[in-house]
Amino acid sequence: MFEAIAFYLFAFLTIAMFYVAVTTSQALYALSALAAGMIFISAFFFILGADFLGAVQIVVYSGAVMALYAFGMMFFDTTREVKEKQGNKAIVIGLSSLAALMVVVIVAAPIVGNNIEAIYPMTEGVGNTQEVGMILFTKYLVPFEVAAVMLLVAMIAGIVLAGKKMDLSLTLMNDTDLMTMKEEDKKVHP
Amino acid sequence: MEIGLNHYLVLSTILFAIGLVGVMRRKNLLMLFFATEILLNSVNISFAAISHYYGDLTGQMFAFFVIAIAASEVAVGLGLLIVWHKKHNNIDLDNMSSMRG
Amino acid sequence: MELFLYTALFSPLVGSLFAALFGASPKTKIAGIVPSALLGVSLISSTILLILVFTTGHTLHVEMMTWMATGDLYIPFGFVVDQVSVVMMMVVTLVSTVVHVYAVGYMDHDKGFNRFFSYLSAFVFSMMILVMSDNFAGLFIGWEGVGLCSWLLIGFWYHKESASWAANEAFIMNRIADLGMLIGIFLVYWNTGTLQYDGAFAAMPSLDTATLTWIGIFLFIGAMGKSAQFPLHTWLADAMEGPTPVSALIHAATMVTAGVYLVVRSSPLYELIPNVGLFIASLGAFVALFAASMALVNRDMKRVIAYSTLSQLGYMFAAAGLGAYWVALFHLMAHAFFKALLFLGAGNVMHAMHDELDPFKMGGLGKVMKGTFVMMTVASVALAGIFPLAGFFSKDLILEVAFVNHHYVIYAVLLFTAALTAFYSFRLVALIFHGEERYKLFGIHPHEAYKFMLVAMSPLLLLAVIAGAFKAGYFDMVTQLLPDTEYHVHSAATYWIMTIGTQLLVGFAIFYAYKKYTRRDIKVPDGTSKMENSFAYKLLINQYYIPYFYEEYIVKAYRELSEIFWTKIDQKIVDGTVDGIANILYKTGNTTRVMQSGNLSTMLKWMVAGTVALLSLAVVFGLAARYSGEIKSILSGLGV
Repeated sequence: MFEAIAFYLFAFLTIAMFYVAVTTSQALYALSALAAGMIFISAFFFILGADFLGAVQIVVYSGAVMALYAFGMMFFDTTREVKEKQGNKAIVIGLSSLAALMVVVIVAAPIVGNNIEAIYPMTEGVGNTQEVGMILFTKYLVPFEVAAVMLLVAMIAGIVLAGKKMDLSLTLMNDTDLMTMKEEDKKVHP
Repeated sequence: MEIGLNHYLVLSTILFAIGLVGVMRRKNLLMLFFATEILLNSVNISFAAISHYYGDLTGQMFAFFVIAIAASEVAVGLGLLIVWHKKHNNIDLDNMSSMRG
Repeated sequence: MELFLYTALFSPLVGSLFAALFGASPKTKIAGIVPSALLGVSLISSTILLILVFTTGHTLHVEMMTWMATGDLYIPFGFVVDQVSVVMMMVVTLVSTVVHVYAVGYMDHDKGFNRFFSYLSAFVFSMMILVMSDNFAGLFIGWEGVGLCSWLLIGFWYHKESASWAANEAFIMNRIADLGMLIGIFLVYWNTGTLQYDGAFAAMPSLDTATLTWIGIFLFIGAMGKSAQFPLHTWLADAMEGPTPVSALIHAATMVTAGVYLVVRSSPLYELIPNVGLFIASLGAFVALFAASMALVNRDMKRVIAYSTLSQLGYMFAAAGLGAYWVALFHLMAHAFFKALLFLGAGNVMHAMHDELDPFKMGGLGKVMKGTFVMMTVASVALAGIFPLAGFFSKDLILEVAFVNHHYVIYAVLLFTAALTAFYSFRLVALIFHGEERYKLFGIHPHEAYKFMLVAMSPLLLLAVIAGAFKAGYFDMVTQLLPDTEYHVHSAATYWIMTIGTQLLVGFAIFYAYKKYTRRDIKVPDGTSKMENSFAYKLLINQYYIPYFYEEYIVKAYRELSEIFWTKIDQKIVDGTVDGIANILYKTGNTTRVMQSGNLSTMLKWMVAGTVALLSLAVVFGLAARYSGEIKSILSGLGV
């Protein structure tokens, strides 16, 4: 009973938040709604017993990703209303609904559900985080490392793309060069 | 009232549809990124739910990697977005037509 | 001995390829000399083989390599040198050597000198394959090879409209006949299971007569095309557009006799179906008379000789049809010698007269061109069949065959034709070499051909005179393979009356021709004389209106049919379909290129649409998999 109430409550909240996130014309509202939606999603993870995943969800999304977006938004004028496309609404809604319908038909079909066997079954009496750690560092070690490398690459890429004059080394420059650079900078950004 | 797997799957589908609406109607690149986050998260719910109802950890593993990928996507995507903004001073999708054949 | 066989067969090919190397370069004497020399080698090899076959009676049968072997079908590149093919080899190599040497002089001033020798040697190679092959498939390769070379050589002066037209006519008529021949070969394979001569002929007596008759008829249709028998005869006269050495080699001595060779080679088959044989003989006799009548009035020197060739081919078919295969082959051989000689002489005259072909514009050339005069006269005497020249032995024999077999109508026709032959031959000789020197009116200064050309022709002259002497030896050799029926008129008195009567008739025809055409008042006909306006003359000069008939009722009808097919079927249906497909693709591309607008937003929409499509497919396939049993039962209920 408690589970059902929690599910419906968070389902409503999540849908509402995400709906706001995709429809509002204020960028700040969208960002806040998205962050809230992410946190509400972590609630589902906790209900489903995936404690570690829920924690990761909060840390990564609400912490890191949202912070990144917030930094990104500092570049733009957030107070201005976001212009929307003047497209055909029917197509947008129709296509989305159709996709949803198809997915529901597929997941609700009884053909797949009958013969699924757990490859990595959960063990009783062991905490979720411990379990995840055991599987992740044994069976999924290589994907985990690959993911780590990917994150490193993404980080370097983000720094290089966003950073200014990353092709120059400030420490190896002599003073005169630094001065001319500053002069040029002033010309560009008075 | 018992909450079953299908409840979660339908919820996930609804969120996915919302994400698709966002992907299609947003013109601002940053907003578009928000919509993609919604898509990824909706799928994560399905993974976690399936993992729970079948007693298998594989779903959680997948959700975990999806989060990793989403994080890197944001990092690279925002970097590119900033570069684009520096160059063109806007992040309007309609102006990105350099791929026109 | 195989060495000689391969030498005889392949040295013309080597010569052809050698000359082809110089195909694009300006005239090189060596491109003519080397093929001629190689043909000489081929001639020597053939002679050695002839001596071998003649003295020992052994035949040579080699299998060079397998051509095709699939399932029950086995066709090798096999060659056979037996009593029949060795005679043909001798004729082919001898005449072609002479013609090659002659052509070195004749084609002296022609731009296509090198090309000419390449074609000519290729022709000889094809002809050798034709006569030496030990199966019908190889025969057919040679058959098509000579057809191709004939086309190339008739149309040698391709810049002349008439030459390329004649080349195409010959080629197309031969294709029509070759279809018949191909059907015949298929029937042979279908019924006997092999294409090897020995195997096929051994299996034939066990077949029923109807099948054999069809095989015989279809093979003979092929022979009719190649040997220009009625009604496929029109191409031979038009083929005279080619250079004269070509006419001598291909359209008199060798290729056109391939039909006769085929009938002779298939003698075991035609032995079994005497009715078809009788038809062949009747057609031969008819063509002999028919062609001779057209030769009577024609005013083109080469065409007269071409009609004469046609007429003589009719004689050969008459003999072969009556079962006298060895006689047909003998006449083929003798005819090759004197007809090639006649053509080469005509070539000399043409050179002298600067390509003037109308004998009425010549006259009195005998004084200027003594060598050619003698040669052409001897050839004409041989052709007329005067004792003791070659024609007497071969042609009189055919008359005797007809008489002994009690086919008196054929005998009468052939006898009458013999008189006509003598008349038109000497009409030509008289008009060209005797009488007034009418050429002076046209300001031509004739000259004799090169010495070496006359020397090259001399072997033919010699053979045209003495070929009759080989008759006994030839008979002994050839009848080891062919039926050895001897044709003797039973009563000696009848024989002498017949022989002397024929000689007198022919002699009278010659005398009459001389008297009529050496008169001083011969003028170039201008269409006003009484004779030229008579019905018979018009009929003959227009070749019985057969070319006109073909043109009006076959060519035109075919062209109109083709027009209809072109405009209605090809343009509307075939082109329409292809263009339609292209248009659909083009229009689809044009409409869908809007998708590639480069606008990210639009592309995202398309991406979502694609996702939906894929999901739908997944649903459809899932349902199909789920309900496969039901779908199958419905489909089977519908009868699928």
